[in-house]
Amino acid sequence: MNKKSNILKQAAAYPHITWAVLFIIAPLIFVMYYAFTDRKGNFTFENISAMAQPSYLEVFLRSVCFAFLATVICLIIAYPVAYFISKASPKTQKILIMLVTLPQWLNFLIRTYSWMALLEDTGIINTMLGSIGLGPIHMINTPFAVILGMVYNFLPYMIIPLHSVMSKLDNRLLVAASDLGCNQFQVMTRVVMPLSKSGIISGITMVFVPSISTFYISQKLGGGNFDLIGDTIERQFQTAYNYNLGAAMSFVLMILIVISMAIMNKYSDEDGGVIV
Amino acid sequence: MNEKKILEPEGVASCEAKKIVELIDVAKSFDGEIVLDHINLVVKEKEFMTLLGPSGCGKSTTLNIIAGFVTPDTGDVLFDNVKINDVPANKRHVNTVFQKYALFPHLNVYENIAFALRLKKMSEEEIYERVEEMLAMVNLRGFEKRDVNLLSGGQQQRVAIARALINRPKVLLLDEPLAALDLKLRKDMQNELKNMQRKTGITFIYVTHDQEEALSMSDTVVVMANGKIQQIGTPTDIYNEPENAFVADFIGESNIIDGVMLDDYKAKFSGHEFECLDKGFSKNEPVDVVIRPEDVDVVPVDKGMLVGEVTSVTFKGVHYEIIVDIDNFKWMIQSTDYVAPNQKIGIYIEPDAIHVMKKSEFSNMFGDYSSFSDELEHLSDTNEEENGEDE
Repeated sequence: MNKKSNILKQAAAYPHITWAVLFIIAPLIFVMYYAFTDRKGNFTFENISAMAQPSYLEVFLRSVCFAFLATVICLIIAYPVAYFISKASPKTQKILIMLVTLPQWLNFLIRTYSWMALLEDTGIINTMLGSIGLGPIHMINTPFAVILGMVYNFLPYMIIPLHSVMSKLDNRLLVAASDLGCNQFQVMTRVVMPLSKSGIISGITMVFVPSISTFYISQKLGGGNFDLIGDTIERQFQTAYNYNLGAAMSFVLMILIVISMAIMNKYSDEDGGVIV
Repeated sequence: MNEKKILEPEGVASCEAKKIVELIDVAKSFDGEIVLDHINLVVKEKEFMTLLGPSGCGKSTTLNIIAGFVTPDTGDVLFDNVKINDVPANKRHVNTVFQKYALFPHLNVYENIAFALRLKKMSEEEIYERVEEMLAMVNLRGFEKRDVNLLSGGQQQRVAIARALINRPKVLLLDEPLAALDLKLRKDMQNELKNMQRKTGITFIYVTHDQEEALSMSDTVVVMANGKIQQIGTPTDIYNEPENAFVADFIGESNIIDGVMLDDYKAKFSGHEFECLDKGFSKNEPVDVVIRPEDVDVVPVDKGMLVGEVTSVTFKGVHYEIIVDIDNFKWMIQSTDYVAPNQKIGIYIEPDAIHVMKKSEFSNMFGDYSSFSDELEHLSDTNEEENGEDE
């Protein structure tokens, strides 16, 4: 191979390498640095070991549980929706996918505030329930409200990868399955689901990761009663000014995510196409 | 069980074979376009029936209606004399070999073949036994663990056949199963399929646009065009006694000439009176006359019934293909003797070489061989199969 073209090829990679070093590698090094030093800059494990405190453990555990639940609910809702969309005509599919992403065009904060207005004890839903003699049902400031907020915000990230796999599914395979004796349900479990595995895995990844690290949703919809990792980290930087503890939390969160992804990868095929 | 009996080898279909599938006045339109125009069809047990026609003729739709993938707009589908219009595909005793095989990419060869049995919650030993039996039948022993995506076209085809036959269906539907294979493999598979059908005694309903395939494999050929059945008959009948100009043109080469039936056994065309074996037409009835290229004899000019000038000669291996201009009508003649282009020749036609047909909607649609290259294109323009009908 020609030497000159090799140099050119390398040069083409420089912008990306520079970008990665400046905005990915360097921040990571900073996080590690803060996580393993005290305020005076001395090396310490104290920040990490502080994570073993029951109050922090509770936060981590709650974050994992909420994110897990939100991911499962997203999957249950998104799967039939994505399947239904993939069966529509190409033109309708485009419109439906646009509708799925439509809420994302609005600012995240506005969407979350809107849910507050909907869920409050004197909010829109309870007022409507009251007018037909039901309720009020206490929804705001409950785990339900927080998980609802997560599901609402991250659902499109489940639907889109599922739809993209399902729309490529060869319809003849479904016909062949019913020809061989599958009823509608068996067509789903024996053909559609195994063949959409890569979409399921990307969807889970794309919902679980933002769910576990989200902040603000819990503060607004959970009324501050259900601190999640994201909120706790934010507080360390914004109010407590304890960068070291905040960095340690980020570091532990990162490890949690890596472990979750490793578990996911174990269950996926080599063609699983996990997006991390 | 009576299922078992089907797999036992039996002789050729007996004469009084009973009806297995029957279509009565079946019609189907897609988006206002008529795809099947009130067809009636009877398929007998142990029969190898081929639905033959160009793309868009309705043959695939007919197959899909029997399989249960398409519901007819009107008419009845009978199976074993029981109406099955509302029986879903998964409950019919029919299995299909799909055009591009439609093997499950997430399953290996063994699991693809075992698919139907797994649904029946059969024991592992019984499944193993039946899958091995199928693998032996399609010559794929030792391929159990293979990834179906890495098999050759011919091997995928065999897996598809095994997968469809393991259910021991009463009727196997085959939708252009050999279309994706190369010529040599296609010939081999034709023989194998025919043998399999004889051995298992399962009724085969086979869809193809390849007339040669239809003639060489079938007990019965059903020629379809424009959503209608044009002719049902044995391969010999279809070739020798075509019902109308469409069938004559679609099956093999033919010179289709405008003529008049003067009387029984007497036809007139190309300005000459011919003796023939056809009768039963009214006097002076306009007819279409078919003469196969191989039935025309080349003779010296003075002995010819008709005289014409050779416009082209093509060597085809076994014979020469000669195009002769007779009164501005281009005939195709196949002869083992060479004649030179621009030479004047006479032609002689035996009475039994003449086949007279009633005029039909297809009369005059298939002219002479003056635009021969177009004609070839028309015949080969059938590879894209009826995609519009699939849904």
